[in-house]
Amino acid sequence: MANVQEIQNIKQTVAAEDHSHDDMMLSIQDLRVWFELRRFGFGRAGYVHAVDGVSFDLAKGEAVAVVGESGCGKSSLMKTILGINHITKGKILCQGENLGNMKSKALRNYRSKVGYIQQDPYGAMAPFMNVEKILSEPLIINTKMNADERIERIKQALTEVKMTPVEDFMAKFPHQLSGGQQQRIVIARAMLLNPQLIVADEPVSMLDASVRVEILKLLRNLQEKHHLAVIYITHDLSTVRYFSRCIFVMYAGNLIEKARTDDLLRNTAHPYTQALLTGTSEPDANNAKTYKDIPQGEPPNLIKPPTGCRFHPRCTKMIKGLCDVETPPEFEIEPEHQVSCWLFK
Amino acid sequence: MADKQLLKIENLVLHFRTSRGSVQAVDGVNFDLAHNEAVVILGESGCGKSSLAKAILRLLPRNVANYSGKVLLNGTDVMAYNDEEFRKNVRWVEMSLVPQAAMNSLNPVLKVGDQVAEPLIVHDGVSKAEALVQARKMFNLVGVPEEFLDRYAFELSGGMRQRVAIAMSLVTMPELIILDEPTSALDVLTQANIFNVLKRIKNELETSYILITHDIATSSELANKVAVMYAGQIVEVSDAERFFAKPLHPYSEKLMNSVPRLRGDKEPEFIVGQPPSLLNLPSGCRFKDRCPMRFDKCEQEPPVYEKENRLVKCWLYR
Repeated sequence: MANVQEIQNIKQTVAAEDHSHDDMMLSIQDLRVWFELRRFGFGRAGYVHAVDGVSFDLAKGEAVAVVGESGCGKSSLMKTILGINHITKGKILCQGENLGNMKSKALRNYRSKVGYIQQDPYGAMAPFMNVEKILSEPLIINTKMNADERIERIKQALTEVKMTPVEDFMAKFPHQLSGGQQQRIVIARAMLLNPQLIVADEPVSMLDASVRVEILKLLRNLQEKHHLAVIYITHDLSTVRYFSRCIFVMYAGNLIEKARTDDLLRNTAHPYTQALLTGTSEPDANNAKTYKDIPQGEPPNLIKPPTGCRFHPRCTKMIKGLCDVETPPEFEIEPEHQVSCWLFK
Repeated sequence: MADKQLLKIENLVLHFRTSRGSVQAVDGVNFDLAHNEAVVILGESGCGKSSLAKAILRLLPRNVANYSGKVLLNGTDVMAYNDEEFRKNVRWVEMSLVPQAAMNSLNPVLKVGDQVAEPLIVHDGVSKAEALVQARKMFNLVGVPEEFLDRYAFELSGGMRQRVAIAMSLVTMPELIILDEPTSALDVLTQANIFNVLKRIKNELETSYILITHDIATSSELANKVAVMYAGQIVEVSDAERFFAKPLHPYSEKLMNSVPRLRGDKEPEFIVGQPPSLLNLPSGCRFKDRCPMRFDKCEQEPPVYEKENRLVKCWLYR
C-alpha cells in the first residue's frame, strides 16, 4: 500500500516537474546559503547559517512576499536569487536551469531577466549621474541599442512609472527628486530590460505613508500589466495583502509558514506569525490603553542557531522535550498552507 | 491626572535662512499638553515636524532667520531664558529628546552606560558612581540587561540602541520627553516592544511625551492627543479617540485613508501631489492644491476653528 502511494507521489512530482518548465519561473529546492567565518591563519570558526533549507516555487506572473525581521536571512535569500551570493547547498532552478551551475555568460543572461528594486532609492543611484545616464547604463551593458533607441526606451520606461513630463526628469540628478520619485526611477531601471522576475527589497519602507501606497499600487499595476513574477521582501505585514498572492514567513533562515495571503491572515498558525500580526498596529485609539503581548528577546544568532525549532527560546507555547530537540517538519493544515511547528502535528 | 497643564506653545516660529530664500519650517504653531499626556505630531516628511522638535528644545543650527513665539513650561516662558539658562534649567532637566535614528546618535567610542550617565553628571552634578547607579536603574526600566552598561553601541542591536537612547532621555527624570520618529527604522516586533516600554514609563513615572512621526498606525499606540502638521503649520488638534475614528481636516482624512490595514476591505488611497516647498509657500490654505473639497474661500488663509473641543484650520468648519 505504502509503495503504491509512494509511486503515485513520484509520478505526481515528475508530472509537476515536466510542466514546470512552461509556467514555473523559479523553483527553489532546499536552498542553503552559509557564510564562512574565518579565523586568523588557518581553520574555520564556523558558518553563519543565513539561509538554511528554504524551498518554494514561484509561477510566472505570480507575486509572493517574504516576511521576516532583520537578520532572519531574507536579504541573503534575495541576493542568492539575484545571483550575487554563492549557493552552499540546494538548487535554484530558473526555467529548468540551475543557477548554481551557470557560468558568466549564462549568469549575465539570467540577471538581465531579473529586475532588482532596492530598499534605499537614494543609495541605489550614483549621485553624480542624471536620470538619463542612470537609466542608460543597463541598456548599454545588456543590449545593442544605439543612443536614439536607448532614449526612446528610457522615455517609455519613465512614462510607465508616471514620471511625466519625461523631458523634465531626464536631466535631473537623484538629489533633486523626492523620495517617491527616486523610488520610481529605481523601479523604471528594474523594468528597463523587460524582466520576467522582479525582486523588491522593502521598496516602500523608506517612504512616507502617503507615498507608500502610491508606489505599491504602481508596482501592482506593472506586475499585472507585464505578467511579472515578483518577490516582495518586507517586514511590514500590512502592506503585503494589497500586493501578493502568497506569504512566506521567514525566521532565522527557515520559512516557517507558507500560505495564501488571505488564509494566513484568517487562520494564522505559527506562534511567530501570530506575534508579527499582534505587533502590527492598526490606527485605533484603544491601542494606547493596552500593552501588546509580544515575545521577548531577539532573533537568534545564526552562527549557532538553537536546536530544534529555532523560535523555541522565544515561544510561549513551547513543548519541552520536543520543540527544543527536534526540528519541526512542514505540516499542511489546509490546502496550500504549510507550517513548521509541532503544535500542528 | 491629565488636568495640569505642562506645556503650552503659542505662535512658535522657526525660519531658516538659505541661499534660495527663507525656509518656513515652523510657521506659527500652537498647541498645549497636559501633565502625563502624550501628543502625537503627525505629518509627511518635509512638513517641519523635526524642526518643531528642535524649536521646542532650542537645538538650532546656525542659519536661523527667525525664531519667536512662546513656549510655556509649567507656566514659565522658557523662550525668555538666555542660552545658558535654557541649558541649565530646561534642556534635559525638564525636557529631553530621543533623536531620530538612535543608531547614529550614540557615541561609538564611549560605553553606553557612561553615555546614559553623562546627562546626570552634567546637569545634576552627581558623582560618576552615583550616576551609574541611576543609569543601571534606567536600563532595568527600559529592559536592557545590566551587563550592557559596559558595552559599546556597535555591540547592540537596533532595538537595544533605541532603548539605550530612551534610557538616556529618562536618566534625569524630565517631565517631558520628545520622541522624534523613535521606531521608524525598526522591525515590527522591536517596535511593539519599544512602545510597550514607553507606555509603561508613562504609567509608572507619569512622563509626558511629544511623539513626532509619520506612521499613523503605530502612533495610536501612545497618543492621547493628535496634532496634524502640514507645511509648517498645525492643521488639526484633536483627542485620539475622535481623531482615529473620524478626523476633521481633509488632509487628516486623506492621511488616515492612506494607512494600509491588516483587516477590512478598504483599499488604501494615496494623496495626489506633493507637499509644498517650505521655500515658497502658496497663499491661502496650504493644502488647497491637493484638497478634494477645495472651494473659492480656500484662496484666503483659513483661521483655526473650534469644533467640540477640537481645533481645525479649514474653511469647511466655518
